[in-house]
Amino acid sequence: MAKEPHPDRDLIQGEWTERTLVEKLLEPVEKPPPRPWKVVLAVGFALTLAWLYAIFVTFVQGLGTWGINQPVAWGYDIVHFVWWIGIGHAGTLISAILVLMRQNWRDSLNRVTEAMTLFAVLCAATYPLIHMGRPQHFYWVMPYPTHMALWPQYKSPLSWDVLAIMTYLTISTLFLYLGLIPDLALLRERSTGWRRKLYGWLSLGWTGNAVHWQRYRAVYVLLAGLATPVVISVHSVVSMDFAYGLVPGWHLTVFPPFFAAGAIYSGFAMALTLILPLRKWYRLEGVITERHLDWMAKVTLASGLGVAYIYLLEIFIAWYSGEPAEWAQQLWRMTGPYAPYYWAMMLINVVLLQTLWFPRFRRNLTWLFAFSILANVGMWLERFVIVVISLSHDFLPGNFHLYHPTWVDVTLFLGTIGFFLFGLALFIRLFPPIAVAEMVHLFHKLRGH
Amino acid sequence: MLYGYMAYFDAPEKLLAALRALKAKGYRRLEALTPNPVEGVEEVLGGDGRIPWVAFFLGVLGAGLGLFLQVYTTLDYPHNAGGKPLLGWPAFIPVTFELTILTITVGIFLYLLYINGLPLAAHPAVRARGYAEVLLDRYGVFLYATDPRFDPEATRALLEALGAEVEEVRRD
Repeated sequence: MAKEPHPDRDLIQGEWTERTLVEKLLEPVEKPPPRPWKVVLAVGFALTLAWLYAIFVTFVQGLGTWGINQPVAWGYDIVHFVWWIGIGHAGTLISAILVLMRQNWRDSLNRVTEAMTLFAVLCAATYPLIHMGRPQHFYWVMPYPTHMALWPQYKSPLSWDVLAIMTYLTISTLFLYLGLIPDLALLRERSTGWRRKLYGWLSLGWTGNAVHWQRYRAVYVLLAGLATPVVISVHSVVSMDFAYGLVPGWHLTVFPPFFAAGAIYSGFAMALTLILPLRKWYRLEGVITERHLDWMAKVTLASGLGVAYIYLLEIFIAWYSGEPAEWAQQLWRMTGPYAPYYWAMMLINVVLLQTLWFPRFRRNLTWLFAFSILANVGMWLERFVIVVISLSHDFLPGNFHLYHPTWVDVTLFLGTIGFFLFGLALFIRLFPPIAVAEMVHLFHKLRGH
Repeated sequence: MLYGYMAYFDAPEKLLAALRALKAKGYRRLEALTPNPVEGVEEVLGGDGRIPWVAFFLGVLGAGLGLFLQVYTTLDYPHNAGGKPLLGWPAFIPVTFELTILTITVGIFLYLLYINGLPLAAHPAVRARGYAEVLLDRYGVFLYATDPRFDPEATRALLEALGAEVEEVRRD
């Protein structure tokens, strides 16, 4: 019986059988790693050590080693916290929202972006912890009965944040792990020695029982449905940490959608930054096709346009509110000492973003890679604008002060980038960066078996 | 001792046809082992309608716990935050929502392990030489020798007639 070819047929390109496809997808785990992998691992490891040293300095000498002071009491630490949390969002978006929408192109991308989410959220979570003046009391943010008879204040977004981040970390870890279980079982049967033991334990004895598969799919889709509102809620709650403050430039009701759009934008940009080299180094062009990249670029464009719109809206609101401090803050951003940061942000996230309208730019992988990095520079600048520039200029001119980060601040940032790369490099060496079982399932669907 | 037969098929359609035939013949103690989900298997082997209900129950539990946590802590340590009502419920929504999701996620994951009998330390099918292939590109049916209908010759003949390659799985 001749069947209509599947419309998404070209999502897997090349001549494959199930076996060769599986072997291709397991190459990062089973074959010796390519040279660039070793470089990433080494650089990541070195930066991770530097990071640990900066944390050591912070713990031994205190927060005085950072550039934070009054009025800029939230500096790089919170800038980077928000930056990392935002980056995590694409992973959940690709894996959860696109499952619900039955988008076949997610299957090539979800594993590596879910891993990206996990490490990004881990990096993010360290900042509020070490930012606490007394990090040994971090557990005070949790509701537990104490001899001081105190409870967290649940009318404060900072308390919401704790639970939002923890829920996000839990659900993204479980989602990643659940997706990994069938692949771990396959790896268990294909490996020997300590790897077989590791995969054996982690696969929980998954046998591939067809009834188990049905329940597994039901739970997987259910978790996707639950993760979807969590993605939106997490960055909305993060934005409320700001919006509840009276600081000019923070006190805006538009913040939740603003942060959510920015998170998806930066997350997709980071996903492109990771996937483009991965695709090249491991020769995955057959399963991460130009169509995948084109779609990712389109989502980046769509979410970026949301961000750009709110930049313009912020200017309008600052003027329209008739609030002198708000308008002064806007002028401070545009003409003050931090103006280069503001205009660089506008250049990237408003002007350069428009290149993604054109297929010629979207399909130029060099530009796409360059832009994906630029977009995260732009999103870093946005968080700098929101956190630091707003705080440096509040109500009374006598309070205005600039922010001067120290080497500890910078090292903490480079260190988390290192830890992120180090973690991801180890991850793709131990676990397949593309979900094998899902790709083979997709292969069946597309080739009409 | 004979554990049973492992029958290998090279396409999901053949597996489904074989499962239907085996069920019609009255075989009960069998498991289908597949590298990825096979559509339609629930019609033969029975689906599972409990998962959404368990998730709903967990959600109600999580929402209740989340709301209780906040109401209780607020009453236990009353604090005037900007003159807002003591039990101003809109402020309690985000934490209630997050705890609802957290409870469902963790609970349903554990429930999935429970109904699937995981973690599982040993399974007779793993002893089959071709077991690794049913996680890769073949579709297996494991028929337990304890099935009342099981007969070494007749069962093997039936499986082979259904297009399977049959392997005997024994304890060494």
